Amino acid sequence: MLEEVLVTVRDNPGIDPSLSVWHWEIPAYLFLGGLTAGILLFASLIVLLGREKDFPFVSRRLPIWAFVALSLGMLALFLDLSHKFYVWRFYTTFQVSSPMSWGSWILLLVYPVIILLTACTLREGYPALGRLVDRFRAGHAGINFACRHRVLVAQWGLILAVFLGFYTGILLSAFSARPFWNTGFLAPLFLVSGMSAAAALVLLGTRSEHERHMFTRIDIVLIAIKLSLIALLLVNLATGSRVQIEASQMVFGGEFAIPFWVFLVIPGLMIPLILEYWELKGTRRAWMLVSPVLVLYGSYMLRQLTVDMGQASSYISYVNAFDPALLELLR
Amino acid sequence: MKVYAMVIDTNLCIGCGDCVVACKTENKLPAGLNRDWVVEATRGRYPDLTTEFRSERCNHCTHATCVHACPTGATYTWQNSNIVLVEPSKCTGCKACIAACPYDARLIMTPDGYIDKCTFCHHRVEKGQDPACVSACPTHCMHFGLLSDAQSTVSRLLATRPHKALLEETGNEPQVYYLT
Repeated sequence: MLEEVLVTVRDNPGIDPSLSVWHWEIPAYLFLGGLTAGILLFASLIVLLGREKDFPFVSRRLPIWAFVALSLGMLALFLDLSHKFYVWRFYTTFQVSSPMSWGSWILLLVYPVIILLTACTLREGYPALGRLVDRFRAGHAGINFACRHRVLVAQWGLILAVFLGFYTGILLSAFSARPFWNTGFLAPLFLVSGMSAAAALVLLGTRSEHERHMFTRIDIVLIAIKLSLIALLLVNLATGSRVQIEASQMVFGGEFAIPFWVFLVIPGLMIPLILEYWELKGTRRAWMLVSPVLVLYGSYMLRQLTVDMGQASSYISYVNAFDPALLELLR
Repeated sequence: MKVYAMVIDTNLCIGCGDCVVACKTENKLPAGLNRDWVVEATRGRYPDLTTEFRSERCNHCTHATCVHACPTGATYTWQNSNIVLVEPSKCTGCKACIAACPYDARLIMTPDGYIDKCTFCHHRVEKGQDPACVSACPTHCMHFGLLSDAQSTVSRLLATRPHKALLEETGNEPQVYYLT
């Protein structure tokens, strides 16, 4: 038996009694970053395959949502910073060993690619916005430039989408100090989850029957891959070191068992998988808007629970008996 | 590279917490924030129990994952040594270093928001003095010095006494040692 008790006061906010420095902002940033990666990947792929006419929503109206998602994600990241005035410091250096530094520079590269990809879709996808931009000489030239180099932009878009999607997982998996995160499965899981979220967005926005059918099929495959990767991640942890086994136990009867199974796996993965299968079979069409909403919810919940469980998993297990209320008595 | 180490004799430590008070006073830490702390570890089964007190802090690892995780270079090592410091004017408060530390030895400075930690009192070390916690210890169970100097007290203690470091399995190469 080993019992380790703190005998002096330790009540560092966010650190004690257990690590809780990242709340909703980082999960939101990871979700929106993954969604951006998924949108960029599909939009670029359609251009490169020359299938714009078959997929009108993806080719004309989807790219602008990557801009919206990434901007909101950056805002969430900014809100998380506890020393906000120094945010510009991200761009005064490149730290090769820091995934967060890689991420900040990848985001800087992703922005112009998204803007160029979006610019070429404005005239057809958002005519009012397209006309507004066209009124300005620079805007008009910009749209023409983007359309002339559409294939090159899509090539860059495809590469950066994969980098961005993987990065959102590597950001967490690189933290060897947090056993739940320290697995190579997080990167492909977050990339696939981002693609699934983007596919769900297409299902919510498209009015083309062919596009809906194709993206329902794509999403079913992506959800199945997500479930497989989650299973592999848990097997990886459950057969790992002592701290990883303890981390995996959080979802098998531990404090995160109910949130993980009841609020993530069942409503965010299993139910949309069944609903989309029914949709594909042509039954229960009234549910066709429910499944993409659940997929988007599941994609966010996956990040939220992953961030929470990673912070709850640790190498140390002190019993911290300090009651912060006692400090008030001294004041 | 100069390797500074702290060596703490758990047979002499009585868990009084003077090291914690000395640190807070020397470094003017706000109420509620601590750069060091004392753990009482009890091992065995009643009535065969052994207890040790450990004064803990940042381990100033020679393979510090917090330094690698920092995206802005705000976390750095001092003067080609293993002493890990934070430069507040470069810190964004992203908290990557906090997540990267297996010892949970970092803290968020209030109200400013930058990340703070034990500095091994480098401002005293550069004057040839010991860190405040070492100087204040009433049982003289704490020692500080250069591990890269074979004649230093810390080198001789580690050469002659059984010892351990915390969480060596993480590969961080911690430089706070406990004589057992």
